Amino acid sequence: MTAFIQYTLQGLSTGGFYALSALGLAVIFGVLGVVNFSHGACYMLGAVAATVLLDTLGLGFWAALPLVTLLMFVFGVLMERLLVRWLLKLDPLYNFLLTFGITLVLVDLVKRRYGVSSLPYQVPAGLEGRIDLGSLSLSRYQLFVSVFSVLVCLAVWMLLTKTRIGMIVRASTEDAERSRALGINVGRWVTPVFGFGIALAGLAGVLAAPFRAVNADMGSNFIIVLFAVVVIGGLGSILGAVVAGFLVGLVEAFGQAYADRFSQVLIFVLMALVVLIRPAGLFGKEEAA
Amino acid sequence: MPAEATAAPLLETRSLTKEFRGFRAVSEVSLRVAEGTIHALVGPNGAGKTTLFNLLTGFLAPSSGQILFGGDDITGKQPEQIAHLGIARSFQITSLFDQMSLVDHLELALASPTGMGYRFWRSNAQLRRFRDRAMELLDEVGLGDRAGQAAGSLAYGQKRALELALALALDPRLLLLDEPTAGMGLEDVDRTIALVKKVAAGRTVVFVDHNMHVVGSLADTVTVLQSGQVLAEGTYEQVRNDERVITAYLGQAGDAHV
Repeated sequence: MTAFIQYTLQGLSTGGFYALSALGLAVIFGVLGVVNFSHGACYMLGAVAATVLLDTLGLGFWAALPLVTLLMFVFGVLMERLLVRWLLKLDPLYNFLLTFGITLVLVDLVKRRYGVSSLPYQVPAGLEGRIDLGSLSLSRYQLFVSVFSVLVCLAVWMLLTKTRIGMIVRASTEDAERSRALGINVGRWVTPVFGFGIALAGLAGVLAAPFRAVNADMGSNFIIVLFAVVVIGGLGSILGAVVAGFLVGLVEAFGQAYADRFSQVLIFVLMALVVLIRPAGLFGKEEAA
Repeated sequence: MPAEATAAPLLETRSLTKEFRGFRAVSEVSLRVAEGTIHALVGPNGAGKTTLFNLLTGFLAPSSGQILFGGDDITGKQPEQIAHLGIARSFQITSLFDQMSLVDHLELALASPTGMGYRFWRSNAQLRRFRDRAMELLDEVGLGDRAGQAAGSLAYGQKRALELALALALDPRLLLLDEPTAGMGLEDVDRTIALVKKVAAGRTVVFVDHNMHVVGSLADTVTVLQSGQVLAEGTYEQVRNDERVITAYLGQAGDAHV
């Protein structure tokens, strides 16, 4: 039972990164129709930015959390304005290639500047160590990440369901063309939504920095798993992204605990099963006949 | 009878043409739709009806030609601008936001032309203002008792009714209906005819339908399209007895349900 709770916590904290990032991926795909391959690189950039802020300006985790998220929002806005925007009218494949290219550039730039070895980052003050509850010993930081990412997902969920702006974004995510016919200027939301999606990836990166190896390649594996998350949840489904994110985190954690060599494989077995049973993903829209 | 010759038309197209890589889906179509009339577009599959709708609503840009609405040139405007000018459309393949409730759908549509939608934090409190109107519209199309349900849970005929309510929410001067009775059973078809008649009061309607019973019951004017061109135009009776139309349809009798 103790082990079960510990693995669950570990799964939820890892799942938090996946859920936050997949949420960003889902809103970007929904509103722009762009599959953002650079999402993993943006996650990496978020983590690297946190270490750099600490090294150069002495800004710790609590400052980095809002600051990096904001910086990544600006980065996303620039990326959309300067690059992605110009290809939106073409086949979506072009933007997929563009963001793939951006990934290569970002990863190599980081390698050039900071090398390939992992950058050190401390668990933030106040969250070190473990909480002991009888026989149970839980990592404070993992507990924090789990709760924090669930809260952020909830906040985003409230934003999307309870506000007018959220209603517009959800409508555009489900059917951009239909929304335009209702007089909604979908184009106006393209830039902020892209920035928002990238900011979520950056936020996940900062959260990952204290207990993952921070280096230029940390996004490469991440993006692969992230695509599995999105396929499991249903491409473009916001709820699906969050649920599948936590689900994959749990599968990974329990996989590592009981069948370490197969933990990555298990994720893709899950994906294959979901696709076999529900091709559109758990929460995806089935194609209309 | 509509007085088409005298009054300025609400909608007019001038030599409207749309080419897709050399294929002319819509070719030199000049259409005049008089205010207050119900105008049907018919023709075999591939005649260019849906392309024409997409041109009229800004989802496609014409290769050449002009679109005038209320005397103003609206060629090249964006779909959301056209919606705000007073042209609303329904879609052929029902496209609704499956996870959103019926009343949310309508509030979304009702709020969009007011411009308040673009202020960031005016959220639900402001939307209540639209709730009454939303309920009225749902009642009008017979969905009043399902307001809180998610659109995804509706039966097919109900989805089409919601489509209609959504188009009406924009309070359009011109209503474009793309196959309002497609895929419906007889009973639903008659209910839809009655509904369209009801909502058409005081508006102008252009619709596409394959069902000649629907066309005959609703349309003041019928335009027959074939291969992207206007083949014939007139009242239902005139068009039905037109030699060219009969020839065109006999070749396609299977599709057209004349």
